Amino acid sequence: MKHVISVMVENEFGVLSRIASLFSGRGFNIESLTVAETEDKSISSMTIVTHGDENIIEQITKQLNKLINVIKVVELTESVQMAREMVLLKFAVNSGPKRLELLRLIEVYQGRVLELGVRSLIVELTGERAKIEAALDVLAPFAIKDMSRTGMVALARDSQKN
Amino acid sequence: MKEISGAQILLEVLQEQGVEVVFGYPGGAVINFYDHLPDYSCRHFLVRHEQAAVHAADGYARATGKTGVALVTSGPGATNTVTGLATASMDSIPLVVFTGQVPTPLIGNDAFQEADIVGITRPCTKHNFLVKRIEDLERIVNEAFHIAGSGRPGPVLVDLPKDILAGKCPKRKAVKASLKGYNPNYAGHPGQIQRAMEVILKAKKPVFYVGGGVVLADAAARLTELARALQIPVTTTLMGLGAFPEDDQLSLGMLGMHGTYRANMAVTESDVLVACGARFDDRVTGRVDTFAADAKIIHVDIDPTSISKNVDVDIPIVGDVGDVLDKMLELLKTSETETKAYAGGHDEWLAEVARWRDQHKLSYQQDDVIKPQFVVEKIGELTRDKNPIVSTEVGQNQMWAAQFFTFTQPRSWLTSGGLGTMGYGLPAAMGAQVAFPERLVIDIAGDGSIQMNSQELATVVQYNLPVKVIILNNGYLGMVRQWQELFFDKHYSSTTMNHAPDFVKLAEAYGALGLRAQRPDEVEPVLKQAFTHPGPVVVDIVVAAEENVYPMVPAGEAISNMLLV
Ligand SMILES: Cc1ncc(C[n+]2csc(CCOP(=O)(O)OP(=O)(O)O)c2C)c(N)n1
Ligand SMILES: [Mg+2]
Repeated sequence: MKHVISVMVENEFGVLSRIASLFSGRGFNIESLTVAETEDKSISSMTIVTHGDENIIEQITKQLNKLINVIKVVELTESVQMAREMVLLKFAVNSGPKRLELLRLIEVYQGRVLELGVRSLIVELTGERAKIEAALDVLAPFAIKDMSRTGMVALARDSQKN
Repeated sequence: MKEISGAQILLEVLQEQGVEVVFGYPGGAVINFYDHLPDYSCRHFLVRHEQAAVHAADGYARATGKTGVALVTSGPGATNTVTGLATASMDSIPLVVFTGQVPTPLIGNDAFQEADIVGITRPCTKHNFLVKRIEDLERIVNEAFHIAGSGRPGPVLVDLPKDILAGKCPKRKAVKASLKGYNPNYAGHPGQIQRAMEVILKAKKPVFYVGGGVVLADAAARLTELARALQIPVTTTLMGLGAFPEDDQLSLGMLGMHGTYRANMAVTESDVLVACGARFDDRVTGRVDTFAADAKIIHVDIDPTSISKNVDVDIPIVGDVGDVLDKMLELLKTSETETKAYAGGHDEWLAEVARWRDQHKLSYQQDDVIKPQFVVEKIGELTRDKNPIVSTEVGQNQMWAAQFFTFTQPRSWLTSGGLGTMGYGLPAAMGAQVAFPERLVIDIAGDGSIQMNSQELATVVQYNLPVKVIILNNGYLGMVRQWQELFFDKHYSSTTMNHAPDFVKLAEAYGALGLRAQRPDEVEPVLKQAFTHPGPVVVDIVVAAEENVYPMVPAGEAISNMLLV
């Protein structure tokens, strides 16, 4: 089972490696990890996507909480999370019917063309993981030259709205 | 305005933290500290290897309950502390270890004697720090002590670049620890405690399973009071020895791989298991799905990660075990008649436990070679009213000490339980002896282990720390040999110790007293001589070479599945 964990940490030297070595040292999986400063510069926010059964996820959240630099750990279950991922794709396509077809598909996925060259195209896609996965499947037949994915960022929804 | 150096700030803060003793070893990166050290009241003990500095601080901490302190130089000095830190980390011992570091501008340059000790020790410390600005030094040192000694205790490392120690600061601003993300929970949840008591008072076959947490929390007396009030048998882990008096009828002794028959049977058959400050280690549980399989499990621990980690728990109680026991005792007082009725109500269980006690007692045959168990029993007999502190090395010596010594006091037993560190016993004994110069401190050693830190004989002689090292000399890495005998067809590959030094001469070379016993009738006089000698002593006791530790639960099997003698 996939789980999304949001972690607030003190923005201190070495904190990322503490989290990473906790996962590797205890044999937990990290599928993706994103980190950035929050509006308070002394605090960073991390979104970790991991998988495991209930016991493992419980251990992960407890072990994260145990780290001195970790301020808050929230497991974001599917119903309460707002999650997005972004991917940048570079295609090698000349102008021609192939390119037109590609542009149409990109539109279907609400992608944005960031750079349009003679022989290449750079596109940005943002959305839920499932949408990104679906888009990548559909776009696979076009020669994807390069790709960069952010991994998931997530926030808890306002609980009132649930 | 008066200027003060980083080294002086450190020494002042140590003083304010009440640090009386530092175990250490100098080097280029920490010369500034040593330069100012004589101006301050804390006593420094110069060890002969940095690993021993950390073990000594650890022995000091276990015996006193205070936070132990060690200080070493950068690079190799720092890396030599790793085993000591891992040992303390596994057993939750409060330490603050200071390491020198190359000057901040050189960090990351592969400078002379540089090691990324913060990176290296991240997984074997409770937390660690690199001090990057002299203004942060005081706060960090205070935070280090706070973290080490609170919650579930553990070792904290503080890395001190040379320019921080040498640098000057106009004046000290008293800065306290400020840790947003650290707030251990001490108070057990009253509702959970109430539920736990209800379950306990309905139990037909209850057992207390007590670990090192009860010793660390200084809760042994309360545990003893509760167990006696309810007449519930108590088994302790290796780390919990001393938390309940073993001369009490309710004592089951130690459980687990080399536990007693009665302890392992009682836990297996129990219907309610009350785990206090214990963490269901694999050496305790054996095959997990058979461990107390029919019991409701109540688990009291200050560390939430310990709960339901290896074994599913029915009633978790996160908190200081002392606080939880207080609240349990409180509940008993309000229902005194119920308590009395209960305490008298499970005689059948106590009778069954007594039968197990008589069935397979810990035993050995003493013939014309000295049996190691006999030596441990003799040590116990000769020191009964001396309130000794006993440390051990690792291996058979450790297990025989655990089995055949009668533990009645907490904080009198120093052993590397979680990591199983050979070479721990002598430096740990040294640290305890520093704390208690008047008490008898004994290291029950093996011929292999003692060679891992025997250089510390120089330290004990230098400071006249009258530690007694009793070597159970079987000429083998005995515990490994035992596994080879039982599970590898007696293939004694690399476990013979036939090039050991003459331990009597070794003691003498360091200026200690060396003694030897080779026949059973020599054991008592030699031990007596050792215990009355005013200085450090090494006693080489030539014991039966192929004696085994029994009972033994083969790794991964149910603990009721014991190989008996
Ligand atoms: C530092 C370290 N290295 C290796 C081991 C593995 N080990 C466990 S017990 C043991 C044998 C110890 O021999 P000795 O000190 O003579 O004790 P005995 O078992 O013979 O009493 C060894 C090698 C260990 N526990 N620690
Ligand atoms: Mg041996």
